[in-house]
Amino acid sequence: MEVGLKMALKGGGGGDHVGGCEKEKMGFEETELRLGLPGGGGEGGEVVRKRGFSETVDLKLNLSSKQDTSGIDPIDEKVTGLNKEKNLLLSAIDPAKPPAKAQVVGWPPVRSFRKNMLAAGSQKSSSDESSGEKVAFVKVSMDGAPYLRKVDLRMYTSYHQLSDALAKMFSSFTIGNCGSQGVKDFMNESKLMDLLNGSDYVPTYEDKDGDWMLVGDVPWEMFVESCKRLRIMKGTEAIGLAPKAVEKCKKRS
Amino acid sequence: MMNYFPDEVLEHVFDFITCHKDRNSVSLVCKSWHRIERYSRRRVFIGNCYSISPERLIARFPGVKSLTLKGKPHFADFNLVPYDWGGFVYPWIKVLAETGIGLEELRLKRMVVSDESLELISKTFVNFQSLVLVSCDGFSADGLAAIAANCRFLRELDLQENEVDDHRGHWLSCFPESCTSLVSLNFACLKGEVNLGALERLVSRSPNLKSLRLNRSVPLDTLQKLLMRAPQLVDLGIGSYVHDPSSEASNKLKHAIQRCKSIMSLSGFLEVAPRCMSAIYPICGNLTTLNLSYAPGIHGNKLTKLIQHCRKLQRLWILDCIGDKGLGVVASTCKELQELRVFPSDPFGAGNDAVTEEGLVLVSAGCPKLNSLLYFCQQMTNAALITVAKNCPNFIRFRLCILDPVRPDPVTNQPLDEGFGAIVQSCKRLKRLSLSGLLTDQVFLYIGMYAEQLEMLSIAFAADSDKGMLYVLNGCKKLRKLEIRDCPFGNAALLEDVGKYETMRSLWMSSCEVTLGGCKTVAEMMPSLNVEIINESDQTEFNLDDGQKVDKMYLYRTLVGHRKDAPESVWIL
Repeated sequence: MEVGLKMALKGGGGGDHVGGCEKEKMGFEETELRLGLPGGGGEGGEVVRKRGFSETVDLKLNLSSKQDTSGIDPIDEKVTGLNKEKNLLLSAIDPAKPPAKAQVVGWPPVRSFRKNMLAAGSQKSSSDESSGEKVAFVKVSMDGAPYLRKVDLRMYTSYHQLSDALAKMFSSFTIGNCGSQGVKDFMNESKLMDLLNGSDYVPTYEDKDGDWMLVGDVPWEMFVESCKRLRIMKGTEAIGLAPKAVEKCKKRS
Repeated sequence: MMNYFPDEVLEHVFDFITCHKDRNSVSLVCKSWHRIERYSRRRVFIGNCYSISPERLIARFPGVKSLTLKGKPHFADFNLVPYDWGGFVYPWIKVLAETGIGLEELRLKRMVVSDESLELISKTFVNFQSLVLVSCDGFSADGLAAIAANCRFLRELDLQENEVDDHRGHWLSCFPESCTSLVSLNFACLKGEVNLGALERLVSRSPNLKSLRLNRSVPLDTLQKLLMRAPQLVDLGIGSYVHDPSSEASNKLKHAIQRCKSIMSLSGFLEVAPRCMSAIYPICGNLTTLNLSYAPGIHGNKLTKLIQHCRKLQRLWILDCIGDKGLGVVASTCKELQELRVFPSDPFGAGNDAVTEEGLVLVSAGCPKLNSLLYFCQQMTNAALITVAKNCPNFIRFRLCILDPVRPDPVTNQPLDEGFGAIVQSCKRLKRLSLSGLLTDQVFLYIGMYAEQLEMLSIAFAADSDKGMLYVLNGCKKLRKLEIRDCPFGNAALLEDVGKYETMRSLWMSSCEVTLGGCKTVAEMMPSLNVEIINESDQTEFNLDDGQKVDKMYLYRTLVGHRKDAPESVWIL
């Protein structure tokens, strides 16, 4: 009860209005002023925000200075505070940008772990979208196989998955080490040498430049975007390829 | 009368009392009950690891087998606490190891867990069975490898939302062939790849495996193989779910999923192609728990279609891209729903497809059993909250987060005092409440008056004056945890009743009006409290003036005085 009455009585004493804000629409100038302002922060931006929130935004932008509260009448302090802060804010905050979009530490209260997971996920999906294509079919040939296949690279999200799919596709042709660990092993140089010297198969691809590369060197997304066709070579044939691939890789890094 | 029973009889009776609160009460009845209770106590819950020391724990409960510890304050989840604040589990493990405790179960939340700790656990406690880590950090896959390799009777390894440095994915291979006791394995939070062959073999030799939650790196065909080997699963977390619905792989998967007739809980879908979801439909009818809060790839029609198959859902965690309409589908389908969590798909608060008060009202109308809510939304109205309060008087947990934290009722431009007031008045069993939106002191008056069972309250950007905090401290007799940020509460509120804080676990206040002097006074008056001032700024001249406002204060009751492991940024008064 008491609180409610207070809200009605306190008029807009010394009302400070930052240019361009929609206070009238919100209609609680009175309440705005009454609110306890830690450090006497002001308002900023188009849409009205409670002093605490905008003050927090200000702090993150290193604008407002902390003030002492020592028994000063709250209203006077707020008015002084508002006056003091107004100039700083006007100069530093673009009024067209609502404070809600600015990032206040710890708001919204979502666990960092969750934020990171979702951010990682959206990066992935946006990179898919930016390439503009929903499908990426490439021809896959395997040395010795009577016919070629086609795979949609966008069906997979890692070398593991592609490797498994290829293994299945060509399983009748004894693909050997192109199984689940196969591609992973190729990322390990010493193992690569062992495998290439054997008669096992090696997945290679033709990139945008027309060069034949070893599968597995670059991050998956980069691979999907640059891969034009796949060829599963016999290990013995790929020996000539490997040093070139390593060279190209070294040049890049 | 009970005094004539031999101790063994009493002990047997106490065995049936498992709830911590009840056991605590039992121990207060008389000396002999206290004695018998302490020796027979197996499970101990410590809500603040700095409230007691491991030595005292063991002195009182020498037979402890299961320990739950919580470390950092809740707001650490939102980056408000320095990473090195504390909450180290190693000292606990060390003491437990040295005193020969036969630890079997360890559950940690928001603690710093080093690889060294994990190694020590794995090598010391012969009968160690269960490790549950929630929101912890400080360890890597090496620590996990030690647990896998050395805990011969491991039943549960449950990693929930931890920040793990998993640079080497070999830990799964460290489970010896002799390990066949696994009941629960959850590594969904790990980012690295795992040895798929080792995983398949592990699942094959774990006939008791009921809960399996995979991470992003486990591909579809491995999933299919795992399901074929573990059709008895009750809880499944799918990592990667991308396949061509018309392919043979997809058919095989459908067949494997259908064999799993016991699955009641489904989660994950960290990578997902929405058109593949139909393979899941056959098991949806049995689901009681569904967590799609990490699956932004499922939305719109695909999402609602999935939910329409889930008539038995009791717990649903989703993203706000479900929209109000989607929540309408939840309301008409999930009549058994008890817990709903709607997370923001854009965690930085832009909230373009967020839900509004409409969705919540629909759910409250359709799901009368709703008792637990976490709801991130664009906006909320008093009318909606009043309706929700009427529809669902059974709320135990009610956490509302309006993405713009000071937004008033958009229809009336009023603060949301009346709405939340209706919630606390109607929900007599409310234990946990989080507020947001434009709020004045009035809402706190209501909370103080009506929220008699309230144990935990979270406040941000609210209130007009000290009165708000005072209403709460005076009114909520069962309050245990109070966390406040960016509110105009100052020394007057803080110092009004310092004895109250001894009845609570902790109080957090950040960006409020309390000063250093006020905090010092609390510390002086109450030696049983640790009053910590956290100052993260790089100011070389930390102003020691008592009139200086304190950025972050965290106080908690303790039996063991000041902790010795606080970093530079923390000052214990």
